[in-house]
Amino acid sequence: MKVKSLADLRKIKDEVHEKIKLREQSENAEQIVQIKVAMATCGIASGAKEIMSYIIDELDYSGIDGVVTQTGCMGYCYAEPTIEVKLPGKAPVVYGFVTKGKAKEIIERYIIKGELVDGVIPVTYRTIDE
Amino acid sequence: MHILVCGGTGCRASQAELISENLKTEIENRGLENEIKVVSTGCFGFCEKGPVVKVVPDDTFYTEVRPSDAKDIIEEHVIKGRPLKRLLYKNPKNENKVTSTAHIDFYKKQVRIALRNCGFIDPENVDEYIGRDGYAALGKILAEKSPEEVIAIIKDSELRGRGGGGFPTGLKWEITRNVENKEKYVVCNADEGDPGAFMDRSILEGDPHSVIEAMAICGFCIGADKGLVYIRAEYPLAIERLKIAIKQAREYGLLGDNILESGFKFDIELRYGAGAFFSGEETALIHSMEGFRGEPTFKPPFPSVSGYKGKPTNVNNVETFANIPVIINKGAEWFNAIGSEKSKGTKVFALAGKVNNVGLIEVPMGITLREIIFDIGGGIRGGKKFKAVQTGGPSGGCLTEKDLDIPIDYDNLIKAGSMMGSGGMIVLDEDDCMVSIAKFYLEFTLDESCGKCTPCRIGNKRLFEILEKITEGKGTEEDLERLRLLSNVIKDTSLCGLGQTSPNPILSTLDNFYDEYKAHVVDGKCPAGQCKSLLKYEIDSEACTGCTLCFRNCPVGAISGERKSPHYIDQSLCIKCGVCYDKCKFKAINIV
Ligand SMILES: Cc1cc2nc3c(=O)[nH]c(=O)nc-3n(C[C@H](O)[C@H](O)[C@H](O)COP(=O)(O)O)c2cc1C
Ligand code: SF4
Repeated sequence: MKVKSLADLRKIKDEVHEKIKLREQSENAEQIVQIKVAMATCGIASGAKEIMSYIIDELDYSGIDGVVTQTGCMGYCYAEPTIEVKLPGKAPVVYGFVTKGKAKEIIERYIIKGELVDGVIPVTYRTIDE
Repeated sequence: MHILVCGGTGCRASQAELISENLKTEIENRGLENEIKVVSTGCFGFCEKGPVVKVVPDDTFYTEVRPSDAKDIIEEHVIKGRPLKRLLYKNPKNENKVTSTAHIDFYKKQVRIALRNCGFIDPENVDEYIGRDGYAALGKILAEKSPEEVIAIIKDSELRGRGGGGFPTGLKWEITRNVENKEKYVVCNADEGDPGAFMDRSILEGDPHSVIEAMAICGFCIGADKGLVYIRAEYPLAIERLKIAIKQAREYGLLGDNILESGFKFDIELRYGAGAFFSGEETALIHSMEGFRGEPTFKPPFPSVSGYKGKPTNVNNVETFANIPVIINKGAEWFNAIGSEKSKGTKVFALAGKVNNVGLIEVPMGITLREIIFDIGGGIRGGKKFKAVQTGGPSGGCLTEKDLDIPIDYDNLIKAGSMMGSGGMIVLDEDDCMVSIAKFYLEFTLDESCGKCTPCRIGNKRLFEILEKITEGKGTEEDLERLRLLSNVIKDTSLCGLGQTSPNPILSTLDNFYDEYKAHVVDGKCPAGQCKSLLKYEIDSEACTGCTLCFRNCPVGAISGERKSPHYIDQSLCIKCGVCYDKCKFKAINIV
């Protein structure tokens, strides 16, 4: 597909926005959980790849409808691997030092039951949208 | 409702765990454990006002909480539903109580412009980049603006090169544009050789399209249809992500022959560097891309006039490029409202060394070192004392206690005897020996010197030998003078930036820590206890029980003594391996 004009670009932008919005607002049955795994060199070096595939498997196994994507460095290199979990209708939460055990705990307690789990990293920066 | 209690090292040291315990007990006493969860979090970075407790979803932020406050928090906040005034954070400027984190200045200390998408989008999916206004800047200028207008925007934004030199980017583009030639090049410098720096890598790994878009914009402005990214081969992930991004951009027609049907043509290729430090210098980088040895040549001519294959070439750093699309989308005024008088916008730093929160940070120019180290970095690890911070990598210098409150920008850092460099920032504490630090950087320079000119090749070697002598306890006071003299000669006579700046770590540590150098050469002592040869192990005859454990473990037989009577170390034989120190069960071995 070729993008031919500014209008085409806007269309893609709106579509992506729609998609994200849908995910954000869906409070209905199709709970889509979004998980981002920080996969820059720092993350991968601390085992982010294994964590990512582990999370994908575990979500599958628990029958949770979720999207797991990779992303760049969030800046919390001291706490790698880090993941960001966004439950429908809730603000994203970042967890640091995620091991397999921690990932399991996050899935079982935070994603399924909605309880916050220890190890949250507070966001300490502003984005350009604010 | 959730109550978040900071579990960072700083807050833990002030009984954060007990606060959690007390909160939990209070909650259980009232039978609310199903409604309210107490959770310990990572460091909020706000250690100065710790321990901190945050209540969500209402985002109330309590500072300097003590374990005994747990009852009041539950009673006031949870039961009565109103914030506990006494623990709210007070704005230091006007003494107003601040209720939510969003209004605390501290959280505004980091502003992400160059890193806007890092950790936010999937770098391998161009749609997500477009969803965050990606390629909108390119689309807009191709449809609505002339190259001159775009250059004017960049000039107005007062963006300066983030590769170290701080040259005004708009001006560089204008110079390259004004050189007549049909063939011109846009080069992105992704060599990133400063040890400890990784911001360029993170941008390329987390948001490669921002650099691609900016290079195309630059091509449009200067009249080039070809871009080259010079990237070190040691960055395989960044290379892979760049390749994917270039492919996707081509598929979308955002690179190629007729971009967005505007008639503008631009494409990008990768060139790999072997990762030498000096090949990040722009003339050396160009020679390396041409297939020659990556040696620097004398400027002028500047690359803008005669660069790659002798054609006008605009070289910019990765982070510089990453700022461009935002400046065009948000306007020059938006950008230059951020930052200090002479340096606008933000800078990404790789914060490393002895701070609690090591990581990548992006802060507005003009922020102080104190804010970076103690607020964002969460203070010195293990509660040790701050000693110095090295900025500018091997070309920079160290800043000390007295510099903590100067606003950081290009000019102030130079005034303080260091430099911005590419953004490496290594924090040192009381356990670091400054002579060893200078030696570490010089060793790096020695490895990296290309050898083309004598002062750098031979001079730095001599400097290194003198430093080695000092750390081995064989230095003299004359050596300190010689260090200074030779450093200045190397600075004045070297051909390229590497040699001209390589003695900086020595000069700046000599200026700031002369006493420490003196202790090495006059008293034969290393105050930080790092220089092994200057350590002396001695047995405290009072504490020694004569157990013979040290005697049996010493690898060189330097220890003697009768069973059940104090032992003795023969200093002429001791190799300072420290085995006796580790083995002794009675703490009878002292390091002096
Ligand atoms: C020894 C030496 C090493 C350098 N290494 C780098 C580097 O790794 N990355 C970089 O972008 N600039 C480096 N520079 C600066 C470049 O020469 C050049 O100024 C810069 O790429 C221009 O881009 P900017 O104006 O966007 O900063 C180095 C300079 C010297 C003298
Ligand atoms: S100063 Fe050093 S790195 Fe630069 S040209 Fe001379 S020998 Fe090479």
